Amino acid sequence: MPNPRRTFDRQLAKLDEDLLAMGREAEAMLGDALKALKERDAALADATIARDDVVDRYRYDIERRAMEIIATQQPAARDLRRVFAAIAIAADVERVGDYSVDICKTAKRLADKPLFKPLVDIPRMAGLVVQMLRDSLEGFVSRDLALIEKMIGDDDEVDHLYRYLHDELCDFMMKDPELVDQAVQLVLISRHLERIADHITNIGERVFYVETGELKELHQ
Amino acid sequence: MRDVAGEAGGAVKVEAKGFRLYYGEFQALKGLDAAFPDKSITAIIGPSGCGKSTFLRSINRMNDLIEGVRVAGEIVYGGKNIYDPSVDLTWLRSRIGMVFQRPVAFPLSIYDNVACAPRVQGITKKSELDQIVERSLKGVGLWDDVKDDLRKPAGGLSLGNQQKLCIARAISTNPDVILLDEPASALDPMATLRLEDLMWELRENYCLVIVTHNMQQASRASDYTMFMLDGEIVEMGHTRQVFTNPRDPRTERYVTGKLV
Repeated sequence: MPNPRRTFDRQLAKLDEDLLAMGREAEAMLGDALKALKERDAALADATIARDDVVDRYRYDIERRAMEIIATQQPAARDLRRVFAAIAIAADVERVGDYSVDICKTAKRLADKPLFKPLVDIPRMAGLVVQMLRDSLEGFVSRDLALIEKMIGDDDEVDHLYRYLHDELCDFMMKDPELVDQAVQLVLISRHLERIADHITNIGERVFYVETGELKELHQ
Repeated sequence: MRDVAGEAGGAVKVEAKGFRLYYGEFQALKGLDAAFPDKSITAIIGPSGCGKSTFLRSINRMNDLIEGVRVAGEIVYGGKNIYDPSVDLTWLRSRIGMVFQRPVAFPLSIYDNVACAPRVQGITKKSELDQIVERSLKGVGLWDDVKDDLRKPAGGLSLGNQQKLCIARAISTNPDVILLDEPASALDPMATLRLEDLMWELRENYCLVIVTHNMQQASRASDYTMFMLDGEIVEMGHTRQVFTNPRDPRTERYVTGKLV
């Protein structure tokens, strides 16, 4: 039987494409923010901050297009859940960009002198977060809840690393007040990464809702 | 704003129990079970030929006149199977009114259109008829427009107002249930929205059942939605649930426009 709603399906597919493209942009920002931190590259941090506009534009573009679909195509059931999810997901991905900007600002503050310890756990956290972002958006587009479950598992590890880093950096600060300034900045960065992971978990919840019709917290 | 999202409906007014209908050899309705609560609107949706109009017409026995129609099972109203031989059809149709696709204004005055059914019921006193006509026309929001033209032919009204007149006629006998068969299909968009608004007002006092091809209309103007396919009820639920999260994949395909 021919598909009676090809135009509508094309519009939905375009929303998917844009979400993936927006995700790639946010992912690149996060990657460069980490690189600017590791390599103490203030110029890269500035360039990354400037790219936030691109992510913001994607968000409003997706929101506008989703509204147009609702107004002109009257989606229902799963289609309706999907269009609303796209709006919510775009807002969460935008937050990934915002936190990347915050990491860049911190990276700039840390760029003027060597770090008191090599960065190990923060890059590991960032690696997990990037993978979570990919999995959540891929899960949305390919309707694959297994990817969402995997992503939730990664979020557990991000939380674990955050607590571990927090305790470790507090230890350093108590032992040597000279380290407080740098250590506080690193705690902040790990906090930003942990918050990004929470936003990505929200994306997972939306995907779960689109596919099952059930809205629930996947992770506390 | 009226509460359209809340739980709607009182006690069950009409209930189908294993109701089947045959046109000769063809089984059009295959054992339907459905309850229609008072003070609520139920929309019946489904593709052409699914049996939705047949079902609606069965609720006040409009199919009786069609040759070769046989029914089995029950439609219970007022504690009684309406297909029981003891049921008086005039009484039944005064309790369960019907509004059709195209406004069917009788070639009479506005007044006589509304007074017609009460007269058949034996009401002859003018003051009493006047009262019924006024109450019925007020009930559909037509009174102010036509109170000075009651003696003019009903055919002079706009289609939207003719349809309201038909509803006034349906409520002139003080029924419990109003059946509407595609009542807006001949109306323009504004008249359609006004009719839907009227349905919400009537819902305060009646049990309404509407058959519609227009899914947006079903989603706007009902508390419950029943989806029918091939003479069966696939799903019946709160309208908000059926249009956001249907349980059956066939309903999903229909409300998303993918079942043709």
